[in-house]
Amino acid sequence: MGSMASAKVVILPMIDKQTDREPAAVKPSATQGVAAVPSANTPAPAAAEIPMPEPEQIPTVSLTKLLRRLLAQITRERIITAGLACVSLGALFLFWYLGTKYRLEFYIRFKNVPTPYEVFQQLTQVGLSNKYLVNIAISVRRILTGFFIAIAIGVPLGLAIGKYQRVRDLFMPVVEVLRPIPAIAWVPMSIMLWPNNEASIVFITFIGAFFPILLNTIHGVHSLDGVLIRAARCLGASEFRLFLNVILPGSLPHIFTGLAVGMGVAWVSLIAAEMISGQFGVGYFTWEAYSLVDYPAIVLGMITIGFLGLACSGIIRMVGNLLMPWLAFAPGGKR
Amino acid sequence: MTMAMAEAQKGFIDVRNMGVTFGANDNKVVAVESVSLNVQPGEFVSLIGPSGCGKSTLLSIVAGFVKPTSGEAKLDGKAITRPGSDRGVVFQQYSLFPWLSVRKNVEFGLKMAGVDQSKRNTTARALLDLAGLLSFENHYPDQLSGGMKQRIGIVRALATSPQVLLMDEPFGALDTQTRVVMQEILTNIWQQFKISVLFITHDIEESIFLSDRIYVMTARPGRIKAEIKVPLPRPRKAEMTDTPEFMNLVQELKGLIREESLAAMAPEIKDRGLSGFGMKVGPKGVGEIF
Repeated sequence: MGSMASAKVVILPMIDKQTDREPAAVKPSATQGVAAVPSANTPAPAAAEIPMPEPEQIPTVSLTKLLRRLLAQITRERIITAGLACVSLGALFLFWYLGTKYRLEFYIRFKNVPTPYEVFQQLTQVGLSNKYLVNIAISVRRILTGFFIAIAIGVPLGLAIGKYQRVRDLFMPVVEVLRPIPAIAWVPMSIMLWPNNEASIVFITFIGAFFPILLNTIHGVHSLDGVLIRAARCLGASEFRLFLNVILPGSLPHIFTGLAVGMGVAWVSLIAAEMISGQFGVGYFTWEAYSLVDYPAIVLGMITIGFLGLACSGIIRMVGNLLMPWLAFAPGGKR
Repeated sequence: MTMAMAEAQKGFIDVRNMGVTFGANDNKVVAVESVSLNVQPGEFVSLIGPSGCGKSTLLSIVAGFVKPTSGEAKLDGKAITRPGSDRGVVFQQYSLFPWLSVRKNVEFGLKMAGVDQSKRNTTARALLDLAGLLSFENHYPDQLSGGMKQRIGIVRALATSPQVLLMDEPFGALDTQTRVVMQEILTNIWQQFKISVLFITHDIEESIFLSDRIYVMTARPGRIKAEIKVPLPRPRKAEMTDTPEFMNLVQELKGLIREESLAAMAPEIKDRGLSGFGMKVGPKGVGEIF
């Protein structure tokens, strides 16, 4: 992906990157897909869609040019990649389909596993119901709250720990003691600590996201080339400016690694917390389905969780690419 | 021009009895010992010596990164205590910020000084034009070659109009051809800006080609072994390196440095001489090692 991206970027950085990322991000692809169609005739709204200002946007894009560019992207290499992706997903689906069709029993038991059709039916029945959507909305809210608190604390603390030996000496012992405790192990304590259920679940999500973000931020500061800090000092950067203009952007690639890992752990923690102590949420939805012997709903819950996780990591990757355009040229490619 | 002349009055580097010791007790290493040197306003001075002789340490002190154990370094009569934008530094490693475009890199010092965007832009573009890299202003450093990066490093250091430019083997990582071109570019830039330059190198030809004056340092602990004036006329041209005057200076410096590089290597080599190892030492000799 790196080589293709860099080749195209030379001509039209922002637009190409957007189209390139569409399949990765599930949620935004819907809005972008819609925006891409009118962009053939009127490029202005497409440009407005892009958050980062791009003064050198070419003013007009003819339809043929756009088509040719899109066609140029359909290379042999990409067709193979897409084909193998279909094989990989198809095989999983086929395994599920055949397993449930013939009710396979070979140590693992497909006896109670719902068929794909039953799950699809469940989706059409439940999928648009208020209950299901509210559960999703609540889970997303919990994730976002916990995740952003983790960023707000983890990144500045990580920068400070990475930069100052004394801050490191003060905080690292606590971090090292608390870090090995999995977020799920915090569930009982969290219920005791926090006044309500909602706060305790957000706290567990926060714990899950916090440590990966913190540790990767520290690592980002440490891996920053010292000559850049010296150069900035020579150019008159004050301590605050040094943080803002050198240490933060220099650590950003590692911070985003931390965000991606943190988001994954946050989902794991959230689902577990919802299953154990929850009211509402996708984890609760899934566990409740099991308790009510509503097997298709279990699978629907699992697939929903999968999609939500995929969407979240896709968004993080997209934001990362937008914030760090220089990485497209970095030697060795940090992506 | 009047501004350039006013600048030329400033930029006097004065290092007196400088000593630097690293570590303590058993691990004590004397890096630099009682070094005194100066750079007159507008002068180009090189510091040359075998590797590990403390020449980079000296530059770090003038830049303000390292505090001397004894003695002092002054710029225009004021003691140097920390890094500042009155001294532009060009490092041996590429030190451009990879997340900033080429132009933003050059603007960096001005931004830190609180200069407004449009003025920064104008200055940066003028400097990039000087470096012949204006067409690359929106590129990222990782898209450029080593020589380009180092040219940008030089004009970035000049952007804040420092009184002196400190250069720590800036062309050390470049190939020979690029190096020669870079030396010419540097002399051009230096003549336009008329600022003092303290230039660290281990390349004899480079030091002669660029400098008004050359300090030769001894092996560790680093001391000043000799001070050599370079009377070659300016502007200097690449063809000058073939003239007898140039060759004589090269020979003189090689002789001085050869002793020191031998001293810097294992003592047994010094005792037995290279002939003891069955090596043939040509006219260029061990001087080629560094």
